[in-house]
Amino acid sequence: MDAIFLQVLNGLDKGGAYALIALGLTLVFGTLGVVNFAHGALFMLGAFCAVALQRMFSVSYERINEDKQDFLGNPLKEQISYMVDWVGEDAAAFLQDYSVPLSIILAALFMAIVGIVMERGLIKHFYKRPHADQILVTFGLAIVIQELVRHYFGANPIPQAAPQVVSGAANVGSWVGLGENVIYPWWRLVYFVFSAIIIFGVFAFLQFTTFGMVVRAGMQDRETVGLLGINIEQRFTVVFGLAAVVAGVAGAMYTPVLPPDYHMGMDFLVLSFVVVVVGGMGSLGGAVLAGFLLGILQSFASMQAVQELLPGISQIIIYLVAVIVLLTLPRGLMGRKGVMED
Amino acid sequence: MQNKTALKDITLFVGFAAVVLCLPIILEPIGANYPDLLQKIAIFGIFAIGFNILFGLTGYLSFGHAAFIGVGSYMTLWSFKLLTMNVVPAILFSVILAGLFAYLIGYVSLRRSGIYFSILTLAFAQMCYSLAYSVLTPITNGETGLQTRAIRTNPETSLLDADLRIIDQAFGVLENGVPTTNFFGMAMSGYTGFYFCAVLLIICFFIAQRLTRSNFGMMLKAIKSNQNRLNYTGIHTRPYLIAAFVISGMYAGLAGSLMAATDPIAGAERMQWTASGEVVLMTILGGVGTLVGPVLGAGLIKYAEQKVSSWNEGILESFFSFLPETLQHLMTNIGSLFVGEGWHTTLGLMFMIIVIFLPGGIMEGIQRITNIFRRKSNKDAKGASAPQPAE
Repeated sequence: MDAIFLQVLNGLDKGGAYALIALGLTLVFGTLGVVNFAHGALFMLGAFCAVALQRMFSVSYERINEDKQDFLGNPLKEQISYMVDWVGEDAAAFLQDYSVPLSIILAALFMAIVGIVMERGLIKHFYKRPHADQILVTFGLAIVIQELVRHYFGANPIPQAAPQVVSGAANVGSWVGLGENVIYPWWRLVYFVFSAIIIFGVFAFLQFTTFGMVVRAGMQDRETVGLLGINIEQRFTVVFGLAAVVAGVAGAMYTPVLPPDYHMGMDFLVLSFVVVVVGGMGSLGGAVLAGFLLGILQSFASMQAVQELLPGISQIIIYLVAVIVLLTLPRGLMGRKGVMED
Repeated sequence: MQNKTALKDITLFVGFAAVVLCLPIILEPIGANYPDLLQKIAIFGIFAIGFNILFGLTGYLSFGHAAFIGVGSYMTLWSFKLLTMNVVPAILFSVILAGLFAYLIGYVSLRRSGIYFSILTLAFAQMCYSLAYSVLTPITNGETGLQTRAIRTNPETSLLDADLRIIDQAFGVLENGVPTTNFFGMAMSGYTGFYFCAVLLIICFFIAQRLTRSNFGMMLKAIKSNQNRLNYTGIHTRPYLIAAFVISGMYAGLAGSLMAATDPIAGAERMQWTASGEVVLMTILGGVGTLVGPVLGAGLIKYAEQKVSSWNEGILESFFSFLPETLQHLMTNIGSLFVGEGWHTTLGLMFMIIVIFLPGGIMEGIQRITNIFRRKSNKDAKGASAPQPAE
């Protein structure tokens, strides 16, 4: 029982990341009708926003401190970060500590710009082209983004620390009465809650605002919405920006769980596509459901007992599920009729 | 009319064969005349031709063809290890096994079309890739990769570290250390290796050409243009699709086998989906659906890869040395994004530019240019013949 509960928890944070990426993918597909292979790269860019912010906070200069001496008797050279000079010691330490949560702001701003530029500059011209062309051009873009990141940040993963407050493990077991040995890292709980908030936010935005209503109408019948005198293209650009922001903040917050490297986008993209297909192309609820479902399934498959029974299952479980779902439920779990049925 | 296309085909084939066989001479002036690169061009040419049979004729975009490369490579290595260093049985087994694999994957994936098909094939390829690294390590030797070794002397040694080579041993072939792969005694390295691959490339080209011109090829093109209509006429399209998928899988298996034959080591990284992406790019760059295009694309990409990734900042600096110094530094900095380690950036950009501006690839570009000239000469001809009465 303890083990099962722990595996469900384990699946939740990974599932949260899958769900957030898949949500953006589906949103873009449902509105713009574009298959975006560069979405994983956006997730990766978001993660590197966290790295960049952390580095920005620790930009430093060298100062010679005459009062102290190093072990050779020379005046000590100290590395002083600009942040300390500007906001004082305590505030600088605070900023360093909270660089990951704070990077959400940077990631949101930066990804909004990237998303809108990408849509206006490139994706716009591919609305009427076949899906194969869309896949290929975004695939090329993903390679370019990935290689640029590698050029500036190097090929090795860059670990990021979660804030001190949530660095330990939470004793989840005692909360739900399962005993003391069910412990779970705080940050992963934070990530799960964060992803739930973002998902609800996106749904609320689409469900309860006029803007969201127009977007949903546009997903149903783009032409009619246009005929009603609504500039649907403009709305869709915003939607693309929104999807990019969701992917970006998801990536930024994920850095303490998985140290970001330049190809994490591709790794997550392949899985997220599988998630979208399992959930049903064009269904937002399906994407979220499938994201969490596959995340939990994957963590169950990596259990010791399961590994002994079926070695190697943890790596292929997601693909296996995708194959089975696609063959039995052609539209995925919650796919709408008439979407991508050529 | 019939005769005219037949004649055209023969000219194309003869021209293609001549160019491939003279490749060392043709590539000499641009500094690409070394066997390693030539072999790669020929091998990836085969891969791209095979991929084009599926993607070019039927329009089904597979993102999992690298799996067949892997299967071919591993099978070839096992044939070297267990049977003989001769490449002929290795190639035969690899092609057959890749065909079987393709049948299995195709049988499942071809139930869906469009993007679902792409993702299903991708899922299968990723599955093969993950398995090769985890459960199948007794067969694939995991990250180390499978290699040919010396003959086993101690029966305790694992087969991964020692070979049997039953046939070679039965014929009493003397081995000194790890032998090289051969084709009935001819070592498969250097120019011999290239000519072996080149002959296979020409044969593959011939088969692809015949396929395209046959009724079967016609059917595949019909599937591309309107599958629904075919279904309404009562034609069951799946067998045709599976056949195309299996054929293109066998081509990929052959390419994988040749990779292992010219350089006897097989690793799982050949099955990664970026490898599948590469062959898509080759086909697109050359021209989807054309016969020569994919080979041209494969050659260009392999050549560019070799060249661009060997450039470094020093070369760039001397290249921009005609500029004032600050500008020179700036250009070198920008340029270094794209060369050496950054070769993939160039690849990605190339990919985007081709898809955006020239979806038909180089072959379409050539077509457009010749059309411009032809129109001009047609106009001239018309102008000249206008005063004369019609016959």
